[in-house]
This record gives sequence, structure tokens and C-alpha cells, in this order.
Amino acid sequence: MSLGAVVAFQSCKMKTTEAAVSGDAASKVYVAPGKYDEFYNFVSGGFSGQVSVYGLPSGRLLKVIPVFSQNPENGYGFNEETKPMLQTTHGYVPWDDQHHLALSQTNGEHDGRWLFANANNTPRVARIDLKTFKTVEILELPNSGGNHSSPFITENSEYIVGGTRFAVPIANQEAALTQASFKANFKSTVSFIAIDPNSGHMSVDFQVILPGMDLDLSRAGKGPSHGWFFFSTYNTEQANTLLEVNASQKDKDYIVAINWKKAQEYARAGKGKKMATEYYHNMLSEENHTATSEVVKEVLTLDPNELKDFVYLIPCPKSPHGCDVDPTGEYIVGSGKLAALIPVFAYQKITKAIADKAFEGDYYGIPVIKYEAALHGEVKKPGLGPLHTEFDGKGNAYTSFFVSSEVVKWSIKDLKVLDRVPTYYSIGHLMVPGGDTKKPYGKYVVAYNKITKDRYLPTGPELTQSAQLYSIDGDKMQLLLDYPTIGEPHYAQAILADKIKAQSAKIYDINANKHPYVSMGEKGTKVTREGNQVHVYMTAIRSHLTPDNIEGIQVGDEVYFHVTNLEQDWDVPHGFAIKHADNAELLVMPGETNTLKFVPKKPGVYPFYCTDFCSALHQEMQGYLRVSPKGSSVPLKWHTGKTDSAAAVATVR
Amino acid sequence: MNLKHFYAAAFAACFIIYGCGGSSEEKSVKDETPQQPVDESPASATTASDKGIGKFQNVELTHPLDEGMVKAGQQTYDVKCGSCHKLTDEKVVGPGWKGVTDRRTPEWIMNFVTNVDEMLEKDPEAQAMLEVCMVRMPNQNLKDDEARAVLEFMRKNDGKN
Repeated sequence: MSLGAVVAFQSCKMKTTEAAVSGDAASKVYVAPGKYDEFYNFVSGGFSGQVSVYGLPSGRLLKVIPVFSQNPENGYGFNEETKPMLQTTHGYVPWDDQHHLALSQTNGEHDGRWLFANANNTPRVARIDLKTFKTVEILELPNSGGNHSSPFITENSEYIVGGTRFAVPIANQEAALTQASFKANFKSTVSFIAIDPNSGHMSVDFQVILPGMDLDLSRAGKGPSHGWFFFSTYNTEQANTLLEVNASQKDKDYIVAINWKKAQEYARAGKGKKMATEYYHNMLSEENHTATSEVVKEVLTLDPNELKDFVYLIPCPKSPHGCDVDPTGEYIVGSGKLAALIPVFAYQKITKAIADKAFEGDYYGIPVIKYEAALHGEVKKPGLGPLHTEFDGKGNAYTSFFVSSEVVKWSIKDLKVLDRVPTYYSIGHLMVPGGDTKKPYGKYVVAYNKITKDRYLPTGPELTQSAQLYSIDGDKMQLLLDYPTIGEPHYAQAILADKIKAQSAKIYDINANKHPYVSMGEKGTKVTREGNQVHVYMTAIRSHLTPDNIEGIQVGDEVYFHVTNLEQDWDVPHGFAIKHADNAELLVMPGETNTLKFVPKKPGVYPFYCTDFCSALHQEMQGYLRVSPKGSSVPLKWHTGKTDSAAAVATVR
Repeated sequence: MNLKHFYAAAFAACFIIYGCGGSSEEKSVKDETPQQPVDESPASATTASDKGIGKFQNVELTHPLDEGMVKAGQQTYDVKCGSCHKLTDEKVVGPGWKGVTDRRTPEWIMNFVTNVDEMLEKDPEAQAMLEVCMVRMPNQNLKDDEARAVLEFMRKNDGKN
């Protein structure tokens, strides 16, 4: 039994998988039909580019929010309204690799307003509105080689950050791929993205330009360390090839500590340098349900070699991944992924070391604090390959270990290992609900695993990835549940359902719909032609589309179906699909208008219909588009049913 | 379909519970896990009257018609009602409105358009119409003043003064 063998290998206490789950696990995750979960769990979608929403403790999938990837299911990235969301300086980029999430915070606690997400490949950050669970803003980041250490957030949502994973030549210059060229030309950047406290709108406030290295993960300080940001780094060797070996040479890489309040002062005092660049800022309007793109042409940069005393480096063993700040804001946990110990730094010691100039040297002019001067202590022999740490608010830390496939609980104060549980298999990030805030909710830790192997029914070579839920209420961690995830789960967030559910929007108010092509009732439906562009102002309500018979369209016309859902009731979307559409369908929420572009290639009659089962007569919710050859004399006409409602209304006046 | 009916039923059950709490205000956002639907037979449900079921038990009519409300009512009709209701006696998805103010009391009309789901679950007249139309009237989220204005527009349509 390979499973038994693996389990036995993980821990000699575990004889079988079943042994890892004790008798009352089921009752702890059972949420009865019709009942709600206690937490929303937002999980990064990895290479799917999307964000998924689960309920905890049940592990039930509630929604997949389209963020960086097109979604033909509801038209995101295909319909005319959302196409601008995925525009970049390199054209339309309909996919990405989504790794980390940050819920907005007030006073160091989740406030339930927004969720921020990073795109790792084409450097971007997104904002999701937690009233509608829709992506409402995407900001591209300039001077970034891949936005990995992002979108970690400050305790009052002043900033989210975007740290580049790849050092690259600034301003998209080309450069030779040699180590000499790397040292001379390649830079790392951290973008400080300001969040407007009222609207949530994002803007790059300033960028810190660092020597070339790879920025991995990050955390903002909190409480006493509020005003600082900490970033883990690897490849301070500055290798440009075979990093697997060449970026693992040094005994220690760095944690970069940035005093962002001081950086902000420099920026406000006009001490930064404005650099010409280009990046896209895409926003979805709540009023007209339509996204627009703006190209920003400038970014303010701060150079720590010119503007002193706001960036410091702390040596950290072996290519650190996690760089996590405990709820008190006093301790910073580095996780060297090739190390067999966990260093814990103390904020007070870091500030004292800076005051005492307890430096061991510098790295391209940036002071390097002496390791011992910043160190609170080390957790000895905790496991193999520590990656990421979260906290329960009771003085305990939980660290994931990729190589030894386990979660280890340890005490921050005395650095003693308290408990360990195996994961199945190869855990990456973990997450305690609220575990990155000042007040963790505790209760559970969730492991986000990279490999499932034999955990689920096999589905060919490609298997699901998964999460595992553990109880942390008692002294011992207890495995409660496995649940499959979409894409690859990296980091996640969880928030008490009570902080979100009451504000969840049910409909869009039709009377507040400012879409330029809205039909305010069937009276407003029409078909207009401007050259080869035809605009169909269409309405949907249970269960008919108006107009449902359209003639006078010609081959090669650009037909825009602007479908307004006239419903004002919760959970009554209408779909719109037309035969041979080569892009997608629409899924229109109550009170919303969405637009599908359709360019018929051949003459014929094209049926269209509603794709979301809406009533007993849903199947009847259908119509026809007649397409004639180019130059045909068939006049433009349209109707639904036999009577003219406008005329009937007119008789009343 | 079944699923959506189930939700509707669950909703209606929620509203019953709100009703028992004595709240006559608008159904606010429910912020608790919905209760399991209560299996109430029609006989045990609130006794329906010609006023229907809802908070409107005494609607004062204006004479002559309030033309401001007629106009507002027509605007609401155009956006939220006209897709399914003609102003003649022709039935399309829903019944034509001609004569509706003679067939129904003002209270029944206002309760139906503001309290659709409970009415469809419990009011015999509303249920009879559902059997004819076979499509549940959508809850179009009419506010009280919108509902009143629509009533005025119906009265105008019926030649009342």
C-alpha cells in the first residue's frame, strides 16, 4: 500500500490515513443543508488566474470569481463591458497566474470591504468588491519582472505592495544575459500601491528601486512595527541561469525591511525621481457596468542609495520564502526554504540595531544588519523546508514544511515545537482565519497542498490539488477535512461570514443603471444601424427576450446585443447565447446590461436563447436573427409578439 | 426550476417568521442562516382575504386621480411591469391590466406587487393566477411609493377618477 508507506514515512505515529482522522471530525465540518458556513475562505487560483470562494468548515465551493482569466461562462473578458479589464501595455492578456490574496483591513482587522489579488506573470493587482464579488479594478505595475510578493496589505489598507520576483532591467531595456550584465543592469522594485480609503481605488504612489535580487513574499508591520514592510528575498547571488543551484550558494539571503512611512515622506517632499513609463489602469464603473482603461505615463521612484535610512537588510538563512509578522507586530518569522531552522527576528531589536548601527556591511550601499543583533531566536530542528507561518493570537505560530509535508505548531515566546501533523502532500502556504491580522479568529489552520497523488479518485494524469482543514482549538492539531481546489492554491484568506454576508448585493437597481445602451423597459428596446454596426437594445425577463425576431442583418455586420435584465429579484440572472458566436455567452444579473459582439460570417437564420434556467417557460425564452447576404435589401425590423406596447401606453395619456 | 422553487419556498418561510415577529416593515436583509422551510398546510396559513397578504390593509384612494402618481406609475410600469402586462385585457405572460382595479381591491394589488413570494405561496387568488400563467410573477422590488403610484396608473388605465 503506497499510501500506508507514505503516511508511515511522514510520521511514525500515523499508521493509516484513517488514523489521522478521529471519530468526531465529521461533526466538526458538517454544515446542515440550508445552513451557512462560519467563514468565507478566499483561495488563490494559481495558474487558473481566478479566485475561488469556499465556505469553512464545510469546504463547499461557493463561487469562482473571474479575475485575471477570461470566463466564457459569464462573459467576463469576452463581453464589451469587461474587455478593458484585461488590457495591458502588451495588449489584451486574458490569463495569469494568481498567487496571493489580501483582505482589506481597518485597525489591523478585516473590514470586509475588498479583496486584493496579484497576477504573477503580467504584473498586475486586482481589487474585488465584496458587495458584488466582482473584479472591479486591475492595475498594471511598471518596472516589474513578475508580481510575486504582492498584494500584502498594511493594517489600515494604506498600501498594498507589489515586489518583483524577477530582477529585470528598469524601463523595459534589453540587456545581455550574463552575470556581469545582471549586476550592472538588473534591478528589483517594490511598488507601493495606495488604496483610496473611500473608493478603494488603487494607484502606484511610489516605487522603491532595489539592487537586483528576487523578492519572494512580504508582510506589513503592525502595531509597533506599523510603518514598516518586510520582504523575503532569494538569489542575492544574482545568478541569471540555473538558479536551482546558483541561487542557493550563499548561507544567507536577506529580509528587506522598508520604512514606508519614511519613504512616503520622501515622496511627499518631492525627493523621488519621476520616470516616464506606461502602465494600464482598468476600472469597472458601478454606474454603467462598464470598464474603461487609462494609460498612466509616469511613476515616482525612490533610490535607497540617494535617499538614506529607509531600507535595511537582515540576513536570513537559505532562500527565505515566508516573512511573517505575528499579531503583536513584534516578531518577524523568516522561513528559509532550504534551512533546517526558523529564525525569528524582533522588531525592537531591529530598530535598536539600526540606532546602534550594528551593521555587518552593506549590499550595493544598503546597510546589512548583523544577524544576531536582529534575532529574537531560532526554532531548532522544526522540520524540513519551512515555507510560511501564520498565528492563532494565543502566542502560537503554525509553519508549513514543504519538504517534510507537515504543519508544525510552535511557541513564539520560547521557540519550542509544540505539535506537528502530516499533510497530504507537500504543503505550500497555510492559513489561519485572520492569521495575518492583529486579531486572528483562530479555530482552524488550512493547508494548501501542491500534490494530492492518491487522496482522491484518479482523474487521469492531471489530478486535483487540495486543501486540508485542521482544528487548532485544542493542544493537538486535528485533521478534519480534505477538499479539492481549483487551479493551484497558493495563499488564501478567511473572514467571518458575518462581516460580509449582510452587505452582499442581491440585484442591481434598474433605475440606477446608467449603461449607455440600457433598455429601460421593453418600451426602450430597438435596433439601430450605424454603417455596418448594428445595436440591438434587448431586454430579458421571465421568460422572453425583446426583440426576439430581428431581420435586416447582413453578413459582416458587427451586431452588438445589449441585453438588459429587467428582473429585480435575487437569483434571477438571464443568459444570452447565439448560435455560432465565436466568443462567449452572457450571464446578465438582475438590473444589469451586458453586451455581446457578434459578427455573422454566413447568411442564415441564427437562433438565440437564454442559457440560465429561469422559469417553467425558460425553454421558450428564444428568438431568431435573420442574416442576409451583404448588400441585401431586407429592411431592418424587429418585434416580440404581435402588439406594440408603446402604442397601447400612448392611448392612456 | 425545482431549485429555484425551493429557494422561493425557503424565502417565503423566512418571511413568515418575520411576520410572526410582528415586523410590518419591509423585509430587511436576512442576516441569519435561513430556517428550514416550515411545512404549513394552506389551511393553517394566514387566512387570506380580499385584501391579500401583506402590510397594506387600508389604502386611501384619491379623488380625483393624483396625476403626479399616475405619471410616476407609468414610468415604473414601463421599466418593471410592461414586459409581461399589457394595458388592454390581453394576457401575454401575465394578465392584461384592463379592469384590474375592478377585479382586485387596492390593498390586494399593493400587497401582491410588494409581497409577491408570500402571496404566491399563500393567497388563493394569487395561486389561481399562477396556475393560469405558469410563470411566477417576479418580485420586482417595488418600493411602497412605487407600488402606490402603479395602482394610480392602473386606476387611470381603468378610467377611474
